[in-house]
Order: sequence, then structure tokens, then C-alpha cells
Amino acid sequence: MSKMVYLVPLFPLIGFLINGLGRKQLSKSLSGMIGSGMVLASFIVSALIFKETVPESGPVTVRLFEFINVAGLNIPFEFLVDRLSALFLMIITGVGFLIHLYSTSYMHEEEPQHFARYFSYLNLFVFSMLLLVLGANYLIMFIGWEGVGLCSYLLIGYWFKNKEYGNAARKAFVMNRIGDLGFLLGLFFIIQQFGSLTYSEVFGRAAIMNSGATILTIITLLLFVGATGKSAQIPLYTWLPDAMAGPTPVSALIHAATMVTAGIYMIARSNILYTLAPISQTVVAVIGLATAILAATIAIKQNDIKKVLAYSTVSQLGYMFLGLGVGAYTGAVFHVMTHAFFKALLFLGAGSVIHAMHHEQDIRKMGGLAKKLPITHITFLIGCIAIAGIPPFSGFFSKDEILIGAYAHNPVLYWIGLGGALMTAFYMFRLYAMTFRGSFRGTHEQEHHLHESPWQMTLPLIVLAFLAAVAGFMGIPELFAPDAHKLEHYLEPVFAASYKIQETHHVEHSTEWILLAVSITLILIAIIYAWNRYSKKPETGDATGFGKILANKWYVDEFYEAIISKPLNAIAAFGNKFIEKSGIDGIVNGTGKSIQWGSRQLRLLQSGQVGAYVLWMVLGILLFFVLIIFI
Amino acid sequence: MSVTVILFWLLSVLALGAALMMVTSKNPVYSVLWLIVVFFAISGHYILMNAQFLAIVNIIVYAGAIMVLFLFVIMLMNLNAETEPQKNKWLKLAGAVAGGCLLLVFVAALRQTELLKLQEVNMSGPTGLIRRLGMVLFTDYVLPFEIASVLFLSAMVGAVVIGKKGD
Amino acid sequence: MPINYYIILAIALFSIGVMGVLTRRNAIIIFMCVELMLNAVNLLMVAFSKLHYGAVATFNPYASTGTDAQVFVFFIMVVAAAEVSVGLAIIVMMYRNIHSVDVNFLNRLKH
Repeated sequence: MSKMVYLVPLFPLIGFLINGLGRKQLSKSLSGMIGSGMVLASFIVSALIFKETVPESGPVTVRLFEFINVAGLNIPFEFLVDRLSALFLMIITGVGFLIHLYSTSYMHEEEPQHFARYFSYLNLFVFSMLLLVLGANYLIMFIGWEGVGLCSYLLIGYWFKNKEYGNAARKAFVMNRIGDLGFLLGLFFIIQQFGSLTYSEVFGRAAIMNSGATILTIITLLLFVGATGKSAQIPLYTWLPDAMAGPTPVSALIHAATMVTAGIYMIARSNILYTLAPISQTVVAVIGLATAILAATIAIKQNDIKKVLAYSTVSQLGYMFLGLGVGAYTGAVFHVMTHAFFKALLFLGAGSVIHAMHHEQDIRKMGGLAKKLPITHITFLIGCIAIAGIPPFSGFFSKDEILIGAYAHNPVLYWIGLGGALMTAFYMFRLYAMTFRGSFRGTHEQEHHLHESPWQMTLPLIVLAFLAAVAGFMGIPELFAPDAHKLEHYLEPVFAASYKIQETHHVEHSTEWILLAVSITLILIAIIYAWNRYSKKPETGDATGFGKILANKWYVDEFYEAIISKPLNAIAAFGNKFIEKSGIDGIVNGTGKSIQWGSRQLRLLQSGQVGAYVLWMVLGILLFFVLIIFI
Repeated sequence: MSVTVILFWLLSVLALGAALMMVTSKNPVYSVLWLIVVFFAISGHYILMNAQFLAIVNIIVYAGAIMVLFLFVIMLMNLNAETEPQKNKWLKLAGAVAGGCLLLVFVAALRQTELLKLQEVNMSGPTGLIRRLGMVLFTDYVLPFEIASVLFLSAMVGAVVIGKKGD
Repeated sequence: MPINYYIILAIALFSIGVMGVLTRRNAIIIFMCVELMLNAVNLLMVAFSKLHYGAVATFNPYASTGTDAQVFVFFIMVVAAAEVSVGLAIIVMMYRNIHSVDVNFLNRLKH
């Protein structure tokens, strides 16, 4: 079955082509069925492949055709199926299918043409992400990498008639391009150093290099720049919250299944390079942690239901990078998986709420929705518990693994990370309480129309809630039961080379118990505080004081605007005004004008008067004589 | 200073002065008369160089026939000084300057020709006597001579056609 | 006489003719200036003819060197006479049509 892996990206590609080309002919139900069905088909193929990889550990390379073969550089178009990519295939196609299914109902108000366009973009998005994950070399990954960037642009700007949404799409695209430049430079360095982009060759040649080699540090840092763009880390994270401009299922797709996990996947895939570059690892860990904290603080004061979730994604991605940075690769991938479930669940739940509230996104105008939307309420609550990290829900296990890894690396990282986790619990339950608890604060009309969503929307919620609840059992830490961490065993071959090099500090079991108890207690306190406070007395006005800084996202956007956009605009305006308008245009127009002027003057010579002609003739003769005689 | 030299200078000054007067005088009739003086001076030069045939022809054809033709035309049209409109002052100046420049350039060019400088013109000798020229004209150049008569015929026809009144 | 003198004299006469053409507007005067230029050239031609004869005269006083040039001058006079007859006819016609001999009125070339 692994040999048939090309089917996995092929199905969404076909769906994209059918929906994209036939968008004016297809009816809404048909294009929805094609879009979802294609992803379902690739999910089935992925599941079969995944099943095969469980007993066998050897990676399978499927070469499709010769792609680039020039000047000693050989880059075939081939797919690599190993346990890491198989796991990602499952996440992408599984969660992706649920989101597609959800979209058929969520987007039903759109016109058929735009509806089909939407599904073609979604399919292309899934296709690009699959290409990214499946590629057996960095170039295929880069193709997918650019593909998801393009699709995110198309989908964030789906309602392109709204100028603000268009700007958000452009922002996402530009931010991604900045990161992509770093990624591309990294690829060039890899080619220069290793003479190949194929994973097996690059990693094989890298593994025998000295730890801390400068070239490896440069390569890994450049690749990480790409990851910060794609996975929304400091300093390139600001596009992700703005990406809320797209339809809610798109946000779910970007945040859970595709796009933002690309950076995590890339670093997990190149784990050996990072293990051999400790400086880069430290950078990754510090940036991840800083992003986790910064985004969590911002999320506390956001009032847009989707913005809160967006910042929580940024924050959770920060945890994943922290995990990668401290060498807890399994933990990071584990968190990618659990996060995909609960974040997709939360976003789809938020979509359900928004749907019920007729496109109202401000949580200050919600409240008391628990009774009206029972299924959404329960599933959303499960998602909140999962992300907050209460055992035995999935978020607990994955986050705990990352934090314990951080503790083993350096206890300071753990305590800061725990602070972020507390904030996560706090803002998630603030969101939950303000949305579902208390009394309704919207208009009467909105209250009258409140309704539970149809099955296409609730079914994905239920499935995802189930997964968010139980997915953690794939990675039970050794603390509770020896050898129960199935995921670690599953992924071991992928990270084996790194674990061999890494010095592992094992944390004492007694310490681990204490840390667990402390963290769970603190998180519970945060939850209870938030629940009580915001159920009884929800915030209705604008934030003041320090809260205002948080509500304005630490003014990072304004800061970027001031130090990057404004000078660039000024330079561009200067160039436009002086170089383009008076320089280039001046030369071009000046040529035309001077010729026109010159010919107007020359035309005066044609006076029609014989005398003048004779004069010119004499002057011409004079000139010739002077030329012939004296020169 | 021999008589030849004195005559040469006399005739040269006369030719140049008459030419200048011809160009500058306002009345066309005076111009014609001054031009006739120039032609006589040039004929004098021809005689000095012992080119008697050309001297006679010059007087008969130019000073006699052509200039009389000019005079007739001017008188027929009743032109006088007042009828000629004044040319643009600057254009006039430019024309004078251009002519002066032409003179300068030619003289400057002449200064470069070392070979010609010292050569003397033979003021006597049989070249240019009627006998000599007549022999050549009616032997070697008899065909061009006859063709010249055809040219005159056509010029006459042309003058009549152009000068004819009406269509 | 040195040939230079004749050359300079001819040049001076020719230049005066050019100046006349350039400064005057009366078609007849311009025509006369053209005749003056022709005569300047004729004078030069005769001078050169005598110069060439002088170059061989010491060896052979009866040589016919230079005769051709004078025949040429003769033909120039012939052509000039023909030219004057046609040219004056044109000027007469011009005067009949526009009642002026001012060349500046003849600016048809502009169109």
C-alpha cells in the first residue's frame, strides 16, 4: 500500500481541478461532495498506509519521476513514507476531512460559484500540505511549503471584496514570504554543503559531522526562519491572528491540520541537523517559549472569539517549538497531534457559535449559550479542558511531556512554560465562561434565532471531541505505566539518530510527581477562578490600564508598522517621486518631449523662402570646405 | 612696375568695386550698369592675358546681349528702388557673414597650396587667339558646338512658351 | 602675374556674388549675382589656362596647352546665354502672376 502513496495527494488535486474548473457548472451539494469525498478517499488510503507502518519500521521511498538533474545535482520527485509522514498524513487528511464536512454546512449561504471556489482552495490546501509532508527531499517540501502559503493567501482573502480581509491575506502572504526566503537560503546552503536535498543523503552526511559545526548552525537557523514564518513564531507571528479574516473552517484548517504545523514537521524531520547544532536548538527553545508567553498574555484580553483561539494557537505552537528546542521531538509531534484535534474542535465549535449568532464574534455580546447549543457547548468544554491540560484529556499528556523535557533541559524553562500553561487555562475558561455561562447579552433578535447547528457541523465536533479526549492515551508517560508510551515507540526510528547523540537528563520520578501535582493544582485554581469570575461578572467594556496594552497585542503591529512598513513606504514613496517620476519618467518623457520640441524648432527651417534655403546651402558648403580642407 | 601690373591692379580694383556697387545699389537699373562695368573689367583681364577671343565674346554676349536683356526686362516691369521690399535685417547680416566666411575659407585654403604660390601666369602667347580657338572649336569641338545651337533653339522655344501671355 | 592674384580676385568676385544672392530679394538682382559668379569662374578658368600654357611655353611656344579651357569658357558663356533667356522669361511670368519680383513671395516650397 505504501507504494500507492501518490494517491494520497492525487485525490485532493483532482478535487481541486474539478471544483476549480467546473465551479460555474457544479451545484453546491455536488462540489461539496467532491471536495469532501476526495479528502475522505485520501484519508482512507492514508489509514491503510498508516496501518502498514505500524509493524514495519523501514521507510519506503516512492520515486515518481526524474525532476531536476543538472550539473551534478540530482533531485528526483519522490515521496518518503515513514512513521513521521504517515502520522502527519493521518492528522492532515483526518482532521481535514472533518473540516471539509463541516464546511459543506457552514458555507451553505455562499453562491454556488464561490462555494466551489472555496472547496477547490481547500483541496489545494490539503494537497499542498500533503506534498510538504510526503516529499522525500527538501525541494518537494519547499513546493508544498509555498503551496500552503499561496492557499492560505487565497483562503484568508476568500471574501476578497472586503478590503480589510484582502489586507489580512496580503499580510499573511508577505510574512510567509519573509520566512520562505530564510528557508530557501537554508536549502541553498544544504546543497552547497551536502550536494543533495534528499533527506537520507543529507542526514547521512550530517550525522558524521561534528556537533556544533558552523555550517549546520547557519543552515538550521535559516530553516528556523522559514519555520517562524510558516508556524507563526516571534517575530513573524502577527499574520496568524489576522488570518481570522477567512471563513472559520479555514482557520480551523490552518491552525489544526495544515500550514502552521509545517514548521514543526520540518524541524522534526531535520531533527538530526538541529541536534548537531546546539545553538540553534537553544534559539528554537527560547523563541518558542517567548512566543508561548507573549501570545498567552495577549489572548487574555482579546474579545473576539476567534482571536483568542488564534493567539492560543500561536502560544501552543510556541510550546511545540520549545519541545523541539529541548530535544523532546516526540513530545512536539505528540502535541501537534493532540493540538490538531482540540484546536480544530475549538475552532469548529467557535464556528458553530458564530453561525448560531449570525456572524457575531464578540464574546462580550454572547453568554448563556450552554442551553441553546448543547452539543457545541459540551464539545467546546472538552476542547477547553484538553487545551488547559487536565488529565486524562489529551492536552495534558502532550504538554506535560514537553514541559518535563524542558525541565530536564533547564528548570527555568519549565517554570516559565508552566506560567504560560496557567495563562492558557485562564484565558480558555474566560472564553468558555463568557460564551456559554452567565446570561445572554446579545440582541433579542439574535436570541430568538439561536439554534443548534445541523449534523454536518455537529458530527465533526463530536468526533473531534472524542479524539481530543482520548488521543492522549497514545502517549502515557512512563511515570504512570512503563512502556505505555506507544507514540514514542512508534516514532523511535525517526528520531533514533538524534536520541543517540543527545545527552538525556532523566528526571527523577519523585520530582516528576511533584511537578505534576503542582502544575495540575495551579491549573485547576486558574480554571476555577476564571470560571467563577467571568460567569458572574463578564467584561463588557474596553480594557484599561495594563489590560489595554494586552488588548492591543503589546502594540507589536504598530511597532512593526513604525519600524518596517513606514520607512519602507517612505523609501518607496521617495523612489517613486524622485527616481521613478522625475528620473525614469523624466528620461522617457524627456526624450519624446525634446524630440518634439526639436522637430518643432527644425520645422521653422522649412520657411519656404528661397533666400533662407540658399543661406543654408552656403553654410553647408562652408562646412564641407572646412571639413575637407582643415581636417 | 610695368604697365601690365598697373593695368592688372587697376582692372581688379575696378571689377571688385563695380561688383560691390552692383550688389549694394538699390536701383536695379544701376545694378545692371555696374554689372556691365564688371564685365568690361573682366574683359580687360582677358585682353591682358592675351585671350582676345573670350574678351570679345564676353563683351558681345554678356555686356551686349545679356545685360541689355536684363535692362529690357527691368524697364518693362517698371521696377525702381522703392518697390523692392527690405529683407530681414538679421537675415541680411547672416548672408553677408556667410559670404565673408566663404571668402575667408577659400583664401585660407589657398594659403595651404604651396605649389601654386610662385607660379606665374603667361601673359602673352598664342593661347586664346581667335585663330587657335577657331581651329579647335571647329575640329575637336564641332559636335558640342552644333549641340550648343540646339540648346539655343530649345532655350528660345522655352522662353517663348514661358513668356507667352495667357495659357 | 602670379596665379595667386587671379585666384584671389576670382574668389572675391564669387563671394560678392554669393553675398548678393543671400542679401537681396529682387529676383533680377539675384540672377545678376549668379551671372557675376559665373564670370568669376570664367576668369579663373582663363587664368589657369594661361598658367598651363606658361608651364610648357619655354619648351614649345606653339603648344596648344590651355586651349581646351578657353573653349570650355566659351561653352559656359553659351549656356549662360541660354539660361538667361529662359530665366528672364520665368521672372517675367512671375511678375505677371504676382506683380512682384520679390523671391520671398515665392514661398510655395513650404507647402
